[in-house]
Amino acid sequence: MKRNVAIIGGGQTCHAARRHDVDQAEMVNEAVRAALKDARMTMDEIDLVILGNMEFFEGVHLTDCWLVHGTGAYGKQGVKITTGGTVGATAVCAGAHHVASGLFDKVLCIGFEKQEEGDTGAILSGVANPLWGRSMAGAAVGYFAMMGSSYIANWGATEEHSAMVAVKARQNARKNKYAHLKLDITIEDALNSRMLAWPIRMLDMCPASNGACAMILADEKTAKARCKKPVWIRAMETAHNEQFELDWRDVKTERLIFSRAAAGRLYRKLGVDDPAKYFDVFEIYEPATWAELIWYEDLGLCGPGEGFRLIEQGKTNIDGPIPVNPSGGVLSTNCIGASAMLRVWEAALQIRGDAGEHQVPRDVRRAMTTAYGGTNWTVMTALSKTLED
Amino acid sequence: MTERVAIVGVAQTRFAPKRSDVNYGEMAYEAISQVLKDTGLALPGDIDSAISCSHDIWDGQTISDIGITDVIGGHLRAEEKMAMDGSTAVFYGAVGILSGEYSCTLIMAHTKMSQTNRNIVNNVAFDPIYTRMLGFDFTSAAALQARRYMYKYGITREDAARVVVKNLANAKLNPFASQSGDLTVADVLSSPAVAPPLHKLDIAPDTDGAVALILASEEKARKITDKPVWILGIGTCYDAHYLGDRDLADNFALEKAAGRAYAMAGIKNPRRSVDLAEVGDEFSYQELLWLEGLGLCDRGDAGRFTASGATAIGGKLPVNASGGLLSGVPANVAGLNRVAEAVLQLRGEAGERQVKGANIAVAQGHTGFCGQHQCVVVLGN
Repeated sequence: MKRNVAIIGGGQTCHAARRHDVDQAEMVNEAVRAALKDARMTMDEIDLVILGNMEFFEGVHLTDCWLVHGTGAYGKQGVKITTGGTVGATAVCAGAHHVASGLFDKVLCIGFEKQEEGDTGAILSGVANPLWGRSMAGAAVGYFAMMGSSYIANWGATEEHSAMVAVKARQNARKNKYAHLKLDITIEDALNSRMLAWPIRMLDMCPASNGACAMILADEKTAKARCKKPVWIRAMETAHNEQFELDWRDVKTERLIFSRAAAGRLYRKLGVDDPAKYFDVFEIYEPATWAELIWYEDLGLCGPGEGFRLIEQGKTNIDGPIPVNPSGGVLSTNCIGASAMLRVWEAALQIRGDAGEHQVPRDVRRAMTTAYGGTNWTVMTALSKTLED
Repeated sequence: MTERVAIVGVAQTRFAPKRSDVNYGEMAYEAISQVLKDTGLALPGDIDSAISCSHDIWDGQTISDIGITDVIGGHLRAEEKMAMDGSTAVFYGAVGILSGEYSCTLIMAHTKMSQTNRNIVNNVAFDPIYTRMLGFDFTSAAALQARRYMYKYGITREDAARVVVKNLANAKLNPFASQSGDLTVADVLSSPAVAPPLHKLDIAPDTDGAVALILASEEKARKITDKPVWILGIGTCYDAHYLGDRDLADNFALEKAAGRAYAMAGIKNPRRSVDLAEVGDEFSYQELLWLEGLGLCDRGDAGRFTASGATAIGGKLPVNASGGLLSGVPANVAGLNRVAEAVLQLRGEAGERQVKGANIAVAQGHTGFCGQHQCVVVLGN
């Protein structure tokens, strides 16, 4: 990037299954106001607004146009981006491009979803090819069932391992005041939760949340003048993948896949040899428990087939050597358009030391985040505390 | 801009009312493969990012860039989707190159309007609480805008009909156009009423089609083509959503977007500097209204300006020499087609519709009803 880009503020709503007290614009506005307050900035100072949201999920075409009075985009420049589950991170990525371009100094990025106003399960079945994929589409649950069963069959993991991920996420969420599912559950609870599509049980899946996240990005000069604790965006990588219906996630595949391709490029940019040591915290996009175990492997935090050993040994706990999703992750909060942005914002909070009860107990200087959506798509972002880190 | 971004290639499919021979991915590939062939660039290799421009709701597929990931070169690589008019994709593509992250970006917009019902798609763009159940679509909202514009500035139906006559005659010279003809003002006025004062010929028809375009950094552009078209200025702006919050005959958003684009291009007097314009004439009167918003004529004067012949191909400021949207360009592809046509003109490759001696062109696209979000791109050769 031609200019350094910093996160100088952000905010989120308290995420919940029901938000009957607000409409979409009001909900988005909560996050925007929180971000402006955090950055000690007024809307007048913002140069451009980027909105990420999926129009089918709430059944509103051109959401950015409707929500101008909530996003603050009236009279301002702006773009809307829609890349599915990854969109929150794509919006941050787009925001970073706008700042780095030199054309804009202060950019507001927003991601949100108000899932109660639509039927996301049904809508996600519409991801599949209308001619030959839709008849066997099982929305997100069906896809992750295939991933989980492949993982069990190939690596010898058991349902207990996915239950460990389910418990870690919800116990971490109990420390995060904004999280949706703050559940005091045990492994037994997870194993006894309702079966949806083997091996996916109720507690193996993310919830359908309502919520929004907003972040303000700025150039180096503005960041240093205006912000006590800027967090720097050091590298970003996007990788999409062709439609997957007939080759869905054989965990043993040796061909290059989206996650490994993007991680490889990001690590090369930063000169990372051992990501587990290089980064102090990870915020990853895990819509289902099995996805978290696969992320461990694809990010190179362990070898292939060893992901379930990491969770077994507690290595990815908040106080473990490789903390993953101290916020509770997507398993605890999934307001889709905001989910990938929340990963970046939560990672930024960890670097600032502002994560509160779910702050990782160490000096967090570098963090890495992933997004996950589409047909195996990702956007990865690496953050640091200073430009020297 | 300290560094420059160039458009190094454009390709378009023929626009047609219904393309039942291809799905939207295949249709997109027609434009993409043509622009790659024209520029001699390879996917992957030369092109390092892609931006698609489409809407799930038009495509009938959730996260609909899934349907074009393969043909746009998004497999294991960067692809981003804008859910706005195609002109804004050019804006974002230029930003990506200026950021230093990318050096060569493929942009593609596609829509098959024949797959669904325009009125239903339009209606869900209205807020779900207050205005959607009134049954609005973009045409009925445009009728309100046309009425307000006619009332405030004395524009007549005849003024708007002259735009249709001009554009459909221009379209006869454009091999990509879906419809064209030798019409008279009387033909337009007597076409069936749809939402008065808008009649059938005042309204851009439904079509299917795609446009692809390649942006490159200055360094790369010089290697790719000896006829780069430079992006001199770009600007966007949102107006309010609710129709009652706007004076629909004013160009709040367009004036701001144009002001930003001209400032970036260093243009103080657009009337003197701009040689031709391609504007979003989704409805006949909009060509007039947008010309005023672009500062290319005085407020309320676009009807007289057009009647004088100034906007004809041989006039002082040719507008929509391509035939514009009235000749049949799909929703959302509209703005990318405006930019593509301006590029063809500046490269001297517009065939029979070529305007002589054009060096600076303005392309304008809009998203949402009554042009709520505006995007202006100033181009030079």
